[in-house]
Amino acid sequence: MKSYVIGQASEIEEKRARVVRILDTEIAIFKLTGGELRAIENLCPHKNGKLSEGLVCDHHVYCPLHDWKINLNDGMVQAPDEGCVKSYHVEVEESTDNIILHVETMEPTRAS
Amino acid sequence: MKKKLVLIGNGMAGINTLEQLLKLAPEKYDITVLGSEPHPNYNRILLSSVLAGDASVQDIVINDLDWYRDNGITLHTSQTVTRINTELRTVTTNKGLSVSYDDLIIATGSLPFMLPLPGADKEGVIAFRNIEDCEIMMDAAKQYKHAVVIGGGLLGLEAARSLLNLDMGVSVVHNSKYLMDRQLDEIASNMLRSELESQGMNFLMEQNTDSILGDERVTGVRFKDGSEVKADLVVMAVGIRPNVGLAKESGIEVNSGIVVNDYLETGTPHIYAVGECAEHEGVVYGLVAPLFEQGGELAKRLAGIPSPGYKGSVVSTKLKVSGVNVFSAGQFLDQPGTRSFRIQDDFDHVYKKIVVQDGKLIGTVLFGDTSDGSKLFSMIRTGQDISGQEKELVLGSQGTAKPQSGIQFVAAMSNDEIVCGCNGVSKGDIQRAIEEKGCTNVNDVKYCTKATGSCGGCKPLVEDLLTYVLGSDGVTEVKEGICGCTPLGREAVVEAIRSMKLTTSKEVMHVLDWKNPEGCSKCRPAVNYYLGMIWPVEHEDEKESRFVNERNHGNIQKDGTYSVIPRIHGGVTTAKDLKRIADVAVKFNVETVKITGAQRIGLYGIQKEDLPKVWEELDMTSGFAYGKSLRAVKTCVGSTWCRFGTQDSMSMGIELEKRLERISTPAKTKVAVSGCPRNCAEATIKDLGVVAIDGGWEIYVGGNGGTDVRAAELLVKLKSEAEVIEWTLAYFQLYRENANYNERTSKWIERVGLEFIKRALASQEERRALQQRYEFSAGLTSDPWTEIIEQERLNKNYEPLQPIRM
Repeated sequence: MKSYVIGQASEIEEKRARVVRILDTEIAIFKLTGGELRAIENLCPHKNGKLSEGLVCDHHVYCPLHDWKINLNDGMVQAPDEGCVKSYHVEVEESTDNIILHVETMEPTRAS
Repeated sequence: MKKKLVLIGNGMAGINTLEQLLKLAPEKYDITVLGSEPHPNYNRILLSSVLAGDASVQDIVINDLDWYRDNGITLHTSQTVTRINTELRTVTTNKGLSVSYDDLIIATGSLPFMLPLPGADKEGVIAFRNIEDCEIMMDAAKQYKHAVVIGGGLLGLEAARSLLNLDMGVSVVHNSKYLMDRQLDEIASNMLRSELESQGMNFLMEQNTDSILGDERVTGVRFKDGSEVKADLVVMAVGIRPNVGLAKESGIEVNSGIVVNDYLETGTPHIYAVGECAEHEGVVYGLVAPLFEQGGELAKRLAGIPSPGYKGSVVSTKLKVSGVNVFSAGQFLDQPGTRSFRIQDDFDHVYKKIVVQDGKLIGTVLFGDTSDGSKLFSMIRTGQDISGQEKELVLGSQGTAKPQSGIQFVAAMSNDEIVCGCNGVSKGDIQRAIEEKGCTNVNDVKYCTKATGSCGGCKPLVEDLLTYVLGSDGVTEVKEGICGCTPLGREAVVEAIRSMKLTTSKEVMHVLDWKNPEGCSKCRPAVNYYLGMIWPVEHEDEKESRFVNERNHGNIQKDGTYSVIPRIHGGVTTAKDLKRIADVAVKFNVETVKITGAQRIGLYGIQKEDLPKVWEELDMTSGFAYGKSLRAVKTCVGSTWCRFGTQDSMSMGIELEKRLERISTPAKTKVAVSGCPRNCAEATIKDLGVVAIDGGWEIYVGGNGGTDVRAAELLVKLKSEAEVIEWTLAYFQLYRENANYNERTSKWIERVGLEFIKRALASQEERRALQQRYEFSAGLTSDPWTEIIEQERLNKNYEPLQPIRM
């Protein structure tokens, strides 16, 4: 497990998301109302929709392609649809406003 | 290695078996489905709704192509299996495809029974069985007037009702004295007939068809008694027969259907049959609920789960015809040894009958009020003793007996008993949803389990189950709100926003006690729209409540890239602008450059982070090809170039587009201007269409060229261009203030009526007031592309954060 500073929390607006790329994986960093952050893979299990572009309601995001609802706390797809998105641990360092993302070491999934 | 399962037949019975199998043993089989129709699996029982115009073919698809893909099922459509080699375990199709199997399911369903009458092969003589038949009927209704339906059973009457809806005159021919004589007794049948006659159906009872008349196309039907009736379309709905040809030729045991045992096994090893092609204990079923019961048993068998097997089904019948409620189940005719209780109310057109034998309910017929149907049906199936409560069962729902009976009844049901036959949802499934997922009303249950989601017949049972589990205080009332977050409808929300002067979504949701504090993807955009429409100045547009396309000002495409479509007013551009668009396309390696459906130029395949740069280099304004706002004003060349043109449609189109662009409307809107009645701009399928006539203009409204094609209706004829502008802006403001969010003008006009719009726009004073409100709001808008290019803060949202390097 490694930790990375990926930017500052002020760079993300509430109920919006920004994307960070690690190799060929995209991770969406969401800011909930109140300022807490959540991080999940930017890929809806249904049709690979970019979840970073979805509507954020409380701690849920709705996929912009076909409206699947995903819990940002654990990545679980909400009924009646089923599935799960990989979620990551993310936090804000209060003194610096730095966003710290914790990820396992990744290998490229595609040959480059 | 996975075993290979092949399903012949892509219909309801076979696919339902697979659905249940996937729940029990998702990894056990590699599955291949072979279907002879070109469509994915659809709900055949709802074909009459397609014909009635209540649903489109898309709406009745149960499992779309994604479902097959997502579940790893190989689907071959338009492939008819012609041979099963039971030795080599392969199946071969008419197109030469050959697939091998370890286990094989035959679910070839049934074929409509076509009476072998002279002339039955003429054009215009069809069955009512599949989507193609529906399409033929809809086409025929456009050209012809006289339809004859042969067969006064369930299917025939549904077909007849649909043909009435299509504005055809319909005669129903029936060989017996009573309609639906297999499902109804004499009294109910007569009540049904008089109800249908009052709807405009004509009945030719006790008639036997002799021949079909006509040369190539049918012109009439002749009966055995020598009489004739005129017909441009003949629908045969006299019954179905199991489709067993393939099984028979392949040496599988066939009686009238493919013979199966309690585990749906045929006489040939590794081959199963399910649905309307199968015969169990001498019975072939032609209704949907038994097919699902069979599918469940077969799924268990294939998954290797022990079960006592299929024991046959008691069937019920419900007529899906508007304004007529008919239900029957079980053995409903009086016979020696049975007793019955019936009430007949000729004033309210209600008839109810139950048949009892040895203290048990064995059958029922209900007409007019079928609310107890599913309850009685379940009692028939469970065979519980009802001695002493016979009258209560029938009178109960009228309030004269204890209302407890329904709840006592669901309490007694076994957990695996199916409550929703359409979707195969059991009592246990529903009870779990109530207890574990917190469902407190029918909508919740529908959302969690799909029960009540199709025909809705099981709704009373679901309600009783809710009361049984939660007590009457625990069940919440279901109101049709704008979404699941609130029971309030549009009117109430808009009224609250106005009267309490609410200006943010947060206030609305807080004050109106939203269930989810931040709403959902349905209500958030709607509330944001209503706020902006009511308080154009005070309300600050909430970007986080805008759908991605409107937030990023481009259409998100299926791969996550965007399209960019600049504004080209009235479809008129210049060589200079064209050159610039081409230069940008080259510079950014645009994959596809496309003239769009609305006379514009689209650049497709742009990465999100490149959007601001692309806009900047284009140096043109946004075409709003993504917005719930005006898309484009399509024009013909009009009097400027056309030898028929009577007015300058190009300049009218450009002017209108400039007046209408950017402002939010409840749904997307499209406008067109044609320079003469030849209407080359197709103005009469637009939300608003202007058609030039000699010395003036006509305005048409409520047209649509999308999924529900609708011709626009004439709103008004005008003399001057200024009047055209005044009426157009007033009309769009009326739409903005009145329609539900996401409601196209075509649907809005059907809901409120053209007369309402004509009345609202009749006085010039009111028109000008509407026009002023429109122009005030429009004046507050600005071009989003320019805004984003200029503002660093907005621009930042288009860029990713710094990438992590490992």
